[in-house]
Amino acid sequence: MKFSESWLRTLVDPKLSSEELSHLLTMAGLEVEELEPVAPVFTSVVVAQVLEVVKHPDADRLNVCQVDIGSGTPQQIVCGAPNVAAGLKVPCALPGAELPGDFKIKIAKVRGVESSGMLCSAKELGIAEDASGLLILPADAPVGQSIRQYLDLDDHQFELKLTPNRADCLSLLGIAREVGAITGAATCLPVVAEVPATIADTRAVVLDAPQACPLYCGRVIKGVDAKAPTPEWMKRRLERSGIRAISALVDITNYVMLELGQPLHAFDNTKLEGAVHARLATPEEKLLLLNEQTIAVDADVLMIADDVKPLAMAGIMGGEESGITLETGELFLESAFFAPKAIAGRARRYGFGSDASHRFERGVDFGGTRRAIERATQLILEICGGQAGPVVEAKAALPVRQPVRLRTARAEKVLGLPLGAERIAGLFKGLALSFEQQGDDFLVTPPSWRFDMEIEEDLIEEIARLYGYDNIPSPAPRGRLKMQVQREAQRPALRIRQMLADRGYQEVVNFAFVETEWEADFAGKTAETDLIRLANPIASQMAVMRSNLFGGLIANLVTNLKRKQTRVRLFEVGRTFHRDAAAVPVAGYRQPWRLGGLAFGGALPDGWASDGRKVDFFDVKGDIEALLAPAVLRFEKLAHPALHPGRAARILLDGVDIGCIGELHPEWVQKYELTAAPVLFELEFDALKAVVVPAYAEVSKFPAVIRDLAVVVDRDLALQAMFDGLKVTLPALVTDLQLFDVYAGKGVPENKKSLALRVVMQDTQRTLQDSEVDAAMQQLIACLEKTFGAQLRA
Amino acid sequence: MDNLDQIVNEAKAAFIATSDPDVLEQVKARYLGKTGQITELLKGLGKLPPEEKKTAGAAINLAKNAIEEALNDRREALRKAALNARLAEEALDVTLPGRAEARGGLHPVTRTLERIESLFASIGFEVADGPEIEEDFHNFTALNTPEDHPARSMHDTFYLQNPDGSLADKVLLRTHTSPIQARYMQAHVTKYGQLETMPEIRIIAPGRVYRVDSDATHSPMFHQVEGLWVGENVSFADLKGVIADFLKSFFETDDLTVRFRPSFFPFTEPSAEIDVAFMSGALKGRWLEIAGCGMVHPNVLKIAGIDPEKYTGFAFGFGPDRLTMLRYGVNDLRLFFEGDLRFLRQFA
Repeated sequence: MKFSESWLRTLVDPKLSSEELSHLLTMAGLEVEELEPVAPVFTSVVVAQVLEVVKHPDADRLNVCQVDIGSGTPQQIVCGAPNVAAGLKVPCALPGAELPGDFKIKIAKVRGVESSGMLCSAKELGIAEDASGLLILPADAPVGQSIRQYLDLDDHQFELKLTPNRADCLSLLGIAREVGAITGAATCLPVVAEVPATIADTRAVVLDAPQACPLYCGRVIKGVDAKAPTPEWMKRRLERSGIRAISALVDITNYVMLELGQPLHAFDNTKLEGAVHARLATPEEKLLLLNEQTIAVDADVLMIADDVKPLAMAGIMGGEESGITLETGELFLESAFFAPKAIAGRARRYGFGSDASHRFERGVDFGGTRRAIERATQLILEICGGQAGPVVEAKAALPVRQPVRLRTARAEKVLGLPLGAERIAGLFKGLALSFEQQGDDFLVTPPSWRFDMEIEEDLIEEIARLYGYDNIPSPAPRGRLKMQVQREAQRPALRIRQMLADRGYQEVVNFAFVETEWEADFAGKTAETDLIRLANPIASQMAVMRSNLFGGLIANLVTNLKRKQTRVRLFEVGRTFHRDAAAVPVAGYRQPWRLGGLAFGGALPDGWASDGRKVDFFDVKGDIEALLAPAVLRFEKLAHPALHPGRAARILLDGVDIGCIGELHPEWVQKYELTAAPVLFELEFDALKAVVVPAYAEVSKFPAVIRDLAVVVDRDLALQAMFDGLKVTLPALVTDLQLFDVYAGKGVPENKKSLALRVVMQDTQRTLQDSEVDAAMQQLIACLEKTFGAQLRA
Repeated sequence: MDNLDQIVNEAKAAFIATSDPDVLEQVKARYLGKTGQITELLKGLGKLPPEEKKTAGAAINLAKNAIEEALNDRREALRKAALNARLAEEALDVTLPGRAEARGGLHPVTRTLERIESLFASIGFEVADGPEIEEDFHNFTALNTPEDHPARSMHDTFYLQNPDGSLADKVLLRTHTSPIQARYMQAHVTKYGQLETMPEIRIIAPGRVYRVDSDATHSPMFHQVEGLWVGENVSFADLKGVIADFLKSFFETDDLTVRFRPSFFPFTEPSAEIDVAFMSGALKGRWLEIAGCGMVHPNVLKIAGIDPEKYTGFAFGFGPDRLTMLRYGVNDLRLFFEGDLRFLRQFA
């Protein structure tokens, strides 16, 4: 809501500077978003009349003018503006004037001719962008008057950011009322007299949907001159309130809306047939609106119609056909109350809004409907002439303002502030609320312009607001002390993040909506039934909800490679989104937290210590194992759309699939123009949180026996499979089995590999005998040979 | 016995002249070995008359000790020389960079969320979480914002599509973290509703939220952190106290002013916006809007099954992105979501 301060001050004029007023409004909940002077500072500029224009003897483009500045003696001023002409009234900066941009005016010679001042354009005064010529003032402008005074340039433009509950402040009247309440200054609200009918013409009004439109005032006005000019003062107030002046009739309806808060609509009376109806839309009804949009209106939209056709979307926007033009000579003027519920959300549904719908959906004072039509009539007759018929008022049940009870003790409890009934009574009086006091209770009847006073809390808020939020104390909070359970078997999310950071990974945060293509490439999701598509994405590359974290990480990699970062380790912790009818708590959408990571570039940071080796699958596998240690993970070959089929694994913890790891598929390496394949991983974040609370196991006092063993096996044999097989038959005294070397190549037959194993044997109760150790080794070797076709290496 | 002194002097000179430990042992043999001069002299003692034996023996032993001492000194000197040589050989350029893995870091907003969580944990707030694809009911209706409420236009909401292209009208991307309070309160009532008096609710709920908005100061995805305290005697004054305490603790300064300004949210009443102004630094004296808050609206309590006559509470919502920007002097919100390592590493 924008408005002109000088307009407001005609209604209420507290002894406060603009800044002080602004602060008070903000602290009362009417946030002043902007406060700007309408013109920059300048001095000594007056209304002047050009008396005579003569060509400059030495310059083609300059004129020597004789100018009346109201001093009695014409002044000689050299002027270069193309539109200068004798008889015009223009602003004139006198010698000694200071114009915006630190521009001082002195008596000077211009090409040999003395000039005592400067005739000004709007731009030179800083009040508009127009620099094409002098600012031409109306012929009746009083010569010699300060231009600041004449154009009311000491005014400020206020812009309020109003909350939806304060529709009553969407007018100068409402703001004035509020300023009166918070400053105590007297208000001088407009008195609107009834305009008597001078013609008998009327149009019947029918309320077909009395709940949606319980009050409708209409009036015929004939013989208006729609081309009459809008008075300058009105134009100025409109423009300083952010509304462009268009034509007198439109300007007047807008003016009254700003002044009183009541949106009005003017129909061309000659286009109307029969009675005017306020009714709900009929099936498949269509209307061409003033904004040139044709809308097929839903059945719950309130329409203004005549006996044969729709005319307007009530309280939202008029129709093009029945609207007024510069040729209109006969009006049907509407001032109505439309219930907020009947208007709310409709305009938004069709993708537009209007000043009218903004007000009606928040609540317009139904006590002022009649006043507004009288005010508009008065202005129309004054400005456009014409004759008004009587007001036809159709009325049904208006909203009832139920008294609201406020208990002093309750207000004190909620605010944490000892107030007392007396102070509350004083605050209510300041707000001009009508109330009845019953001991410490108040029965408050809200005024017709307030739509936000229905329950006790609404009144408590009013009390707090007027008392001043700043004046409410802010003691240290009190509460019962109870220790929070910290589960040892659960580690906090931060610890997991910190562990990854410590291993060189940088955390990122990526958008949850991604390109459709990413879901296809990195999750194999192409069917619409798999995708979760946004209905209103902000851009096509943010169209679907991600089902894994890879796309964002790969995009981060691309970004960083462009910025010459050669070694990249990234992780993100975020939700992923999956269609799942059985999901909780939101049915249809499973939203697990995942941890995703990416590693690219050198295994070690570049530098003297690096051997240049690039990060590989096993580096990252090591990171994951460390992250979950001491839990032991299993890795199984995995086919995954994002990953290299020979270099990808499913990760299992206690037999449960908790994620995957692998190199990016070469196809995507190429498509996303990467120089090498990053290693990616993704884990269920919740699976990472569980940790084992330690339980003591006896440490052996007897020495361990260590034996090494090398076997040749098929190259395709997975180590995990071999260990799994061995574990079944492993002698009890073997406490650990480690792989310490893998070799394939010279000395090992083709399609074979050599594995070097270390066997650790120990007993907690005694020292092992050589014979037992030998027997155990034999048993191990036998199993290797028999089950895995292993050959002992010499 | 001049001969003995001469032998001792000779031996000492010979030791000094030797710089190789192996040669030193050979030189030693010339005096103390099986056929060394001192050994020979000791062997010869037997041929002397008994009265001379004693004095001669003592003199020879003296000489022997002197030679042994000289020998040990030389051995030690050579060992030290060898050690020094080795140490010199092994010296490193200690100014070369260490071989450690590069360290990563947490996202700056994670840092902030973590600090917020731990500050609130210190006064008994637990962390709560909730879904990001949220039901319309919890995002709006349960928060006293029925359909067509004008406040819904304050939230430019992302909606989802069904596979057939129709609008999935019961779900949306949550526009704020407030639905977590609605869910938490319901769960709390389910758990404790049968008790005479329910335990207090004190939670903090951080998370990502979504709005159809994108420019230099708005991101379509951003963070919020919701706080909620419901109990038998929780007041607006308590809200002010908690927030002032938090802001001073978060920014680690008393050099700031907090103000509460009346505002409107459908789910709180009275409602306030919280502004903060620093008394020093680049933003000195400017009021910066950093949170919305208020007393939980009685309708919200009722919808959750809590009796608003018995219990009152407050809720607040901070923008951790904004707090992070203020805390570390970041001037562009978009940097948080671009994944640029040059930016992110500054917070490692």
